Amino acid sequence: MTTPTGTGQKWIGRSVKRVEDRRLLTGRGTYIDDHPPVGNLFHAAIVRSPHAHARILGYDLGAALALDGVAGVITGADVARHSKPFSVGVTAPVHYYCAATDKARFVGEPVAVVVARSRYLAEDAAELVQVRYEPLPVVVDPERALEPDAPVLHEAVGSNLANNRRLVYGDPDRAFREADVVLKERFRFPKYGSTPIETYGVIARWDTLEGVCTVWSNFMGPFIMHPLTARVLGLPENRLRFIVPPDIGGSFGIKSLIYPYIALLALASKLTGVAVKWIEDRREHLLASSTGTDRVAYRELAAKKDGTILGMRFKWFDNVGGYIRSPEPGCSFRPTGNFVGPYRFQHLEVDASTVMTNKSLTGPNRGYACGHLYFETEGMLDRLAEKLGLDPVEVRRRNLIPTGAFPYRTPTGGLYDSGDYPATLDRAVQLAKYAELRREQATARAAGRYFGIGIALAVDPSVSNMGYVATALDPQFRAKPEYLPKSGAVDSATVKVDPLGRVIAILGTTPQGQGHQTIVAQIVADELGLVPEDVTVVDEMDTFTRVWSISSGTYSSRFGSVGTSAVALAARKLKAKLVAYAAHLMDRPPESLEFRDGSVRPRQGKGPSYSVKDLAGRAHWNTESLPEGMEPGLQATAVFGFTVARSVDAEDRVNSSNTYGFIAEIMAVEVDPETAAIKILRYVTVHDAGTIINPMIAEGQIYGGALHGLGGALYEELAYDEDGQCLTATFMDYLVPTACEAPTIEIAHVVSPSPLTPLGSKGLGESSSMTVPAVVANAVSDALGPLGIRINELPMTPSKLHAMIQKARKT
Amino acid sequence: MADLVTVRLKVNGVEREGRCEPRKLLVDFLREDLGLTGTHVGCEHGICGACTILLDGQAARSCIMLAVQADGAELMTVEGLAQDGKLHPLQEAFREHHGLQCGFCTPGMLMTSLDLLRTNPTPTDEEIREGISAVLCRCTGYQGIVNAVRAAARTPGGSR
Repeated sequence: MTTPTGTGQKWIGRSVKRVEDRRLLTGRGTYIDDHPPVGNLFHAAIVRSPHAHARILGYDLGAALALDGVAGVITGADVARHSKPFSVGVTAPVHYYCAATDKARFVGEPVAVVVARSRYLAEDAAELVQVRYEPLPVVVDPERALEPDAPVLHEAVGSNLANNRRLVYGDPDRAFREADVVLKERFRFPKYGSTPIETYGVIARWDTLEGVCTVWSNFMGPFIMHPLTARVLGLPENRLRFIVPPDIGGSFGIKSLIYPYIALLALASKLTGVAVKWIEDRREHLLASSTGTDRVAYRELAAKKDGTILGMRFKWFDNVGGYIRSPEPGCSFRPTGNFVGPYRFQHLEVDASTVMTNKSLTGPNRGYACGHLYFETEGMLDRLAEKLGLDPVEVRRRNLIPTGAFPYRTPTGGLYDSGDYPATLDRAVQLAKYAELRREQATARAAGRYFGIGIALAVDPSVSNMGYVATALDPQFRAKPEYLPKSGAVDSATVKVDPLGRVIAILGTTPQGQGHQTIVAQIVADELGLVPEDVTVVDEMDTFTRVWSISSGTYSSRFGSVGTSAVALAARKLKAKLVAYAAHLMDRPPESLEFRDGSVRPRQGKGPSYSVKDLAGRAHWNTESLPEGMEPGLQATAVFGFTVARSVDAEDRVNSSNTYGFIAEIMAVEVDPETAAIKILRYVTVHDAGTIINPMIAEGQIYGGALHGLGGALYEELAYDEDGQCLTATFMDYLVPTACEAPTIEIAHVVSPSPLTPLGSKGLGESSSMTVPAVVANAVSDALGPLGIRINELPMTPSKLHAMIQKARKT
Repeated sequence: MADLVTVRLKVNGVEREGRCEPRKLLVDFLREDLGLTGTHVGCEHGICGACTILLDGQAARSCIMLAVQADGAELMTVEGLAQDGKLHPLQEAFREHHGLQCGFCTPGMLMTSLDLLRTNPTPTDEEIREGISAVLCRCTGYQGIVNAVRAAARTPGGSR
């Protein structure tokens, strides 16, 4: 077996330039909007609710249908008649269809679809569709939504509470009784989404004669949504084909929520009898695609005088908007295994409420739920340091899971596979020259300047175990005999050698800029002793031809961990076959041979050697030369699955991810008290993601993730007024950071290879998106400490911060 | 539907002609009528910059102008950067410095960077950031792009 530090690795660990770049740099990428996969395409425009909450009384379609070139209009009434609601991850009776059927519950909810010869025409006709509404009272705040007199969105549910779970690990009550110090804080995390520059796109063709519906879209997985959509459409799963083009223009979790539109456009195709294309526009994206939840959190922390944390209590109100839809309530439970972060306390209570209000719907956004989690936890750690007069680094050190404790089982069921948290924190302290920064701060403060230093630590989970979703369900419900447990995280790869010895690797992934083709070429080149240029990588997902399972897709930082593992195993299977074949040709025992520099050679002494090219030619052209019993063909498929992915147990413990990295960050800022402008002076981030396959690509993920975190911390918010109108439906109002706002980042790595993956790798895709909200908030709190200001609410826009500073200065 | 009008323009050195509605956006005309799908649509309201092209030598948003407004103009799109199968030095620099991930903003980013280097061949880092702030990128955190533009500025032909 090749070890991460073995001599077999020539390409892994190198910043190999990307295979993908030439086509993308020359305008030859193939995104969903670029090349029609079928002829005679019609185009859709979606009619959306202008009301946040309204009963639909009827539709008047006459004028729209009379327009020349309009193929048809489908409404919510058709959706109700021809499809089923999507299954949701909770037991509350929420009927979530792909369009509003009885009531609209947020601004932008689809109510009808117009299909016409061109997009221009479809939009003309959409303006002519008349929908009669009876506006209803609106609620947008998750706590207000739970008050007894709040307007109720779903009458069948009876309240706006979609789900509540109280999870207890250890004995938190005792921890709080025995504490020297108890701290309580309230936090607010904003609703934001990483708004990929390419919007959603769907092309649907329902062939009623064949009974097959083919959908091309920039869907990123998880492919559990495929069977869910098949059920909604009343199709057997082998009659619904999802195809994903080779290029997706960014996603960050957001495009996992394209599935309701897949169902809607499939229905539009079925009912109008034509192939239909829909490309979302930016306004639609900001109104009605997907974002993370806004959350109100109440936190309590119990600690001893020396700073040892005994336990914590989390009370969460996650706002999932008008309907809870799968994979929510992952907003609460996706980090179950890493609820305690990098700290070793054992007692925890989590009271998680998922609330429906008249805002747009939610789902995974980069760092899914972890940005929220660590913003709160790291804020609490700083408050503890302040309370006890300890340095924030020191208070964290006293609570870290120690070196040598790995693999480490958390009280909530997580299994941290590897790491060295104290060493990683030390590296960040050293890189940031922390002591020097503190001296600088003292000088700045003496001069009346607001200079602050923030710390944030995070366990960075990768490869979600599908089993975590069941944490949302009551253990009694899960104990019923008819309940089927859920677990797993698998990926597959096929590697094949052509008659001239060149290699093709086929994946079932949906990359959105992560460079899978490059990474796979590096891995296969190392395994087979080739150069990356010898390897062609195909990663166009197609549910009819690829080997896949419900957890497939490119999300939750999966590829670096589970995807690369499948590739390595497929290559090793093929290598073993080549060795067995060469052994037969040489008439030697296979054990006496090894695979070295692209050839099979005797381990010792001289003797004939066979190159991959030579073996490939013989095996393909002359099957008689194969040993008896060997299957012809030079290809291997491997499906890699984690055995540590188990279903949630009766005590609500679950290993919610499969590999766990670690992040330690330090940031120094200065706040201008007059303008409230925040200037980032230093930003150091140290990551341990196991073996790094391509450092250039890994650092790219860190840069990108950090800017998403910064966007949520300082600029981005899907803001709503009290009537449920979205105030940020353009990029003029929804502020995406530009190059001028992007900080310079100092990056370092610590490498603790995962014992669970063949290459020792882990995921890194979400990275600093989950730490930056915490580190900026802590740095700004530290800067404004002399004014008594603590940041418990994001985004800290200049106007909010300015008001806080003015108020503090007056008192 | 309004009567179709003829639009004639020069794109990447080649005379092109198409017939479209007067209301057709230039970016849709480029993509749908001329088959130049390298130019991307990201917001349709002139903020994200993915659709940036050079119009008579200057950077312009092709999503907030009409095709008829470009009648008689000379355009350059991302497809015109590489010559004789060889990447433009700016494209090479983006590849070398990991100035792209998903590639969707990249055509607009390249054209904007070219416009920047033509007007300011030796920009400081701050000027690069200011210059490319006309285009939104959600993947790279911009660092790789800044590095690439800086490197291209130092390469002969980088602002060609």
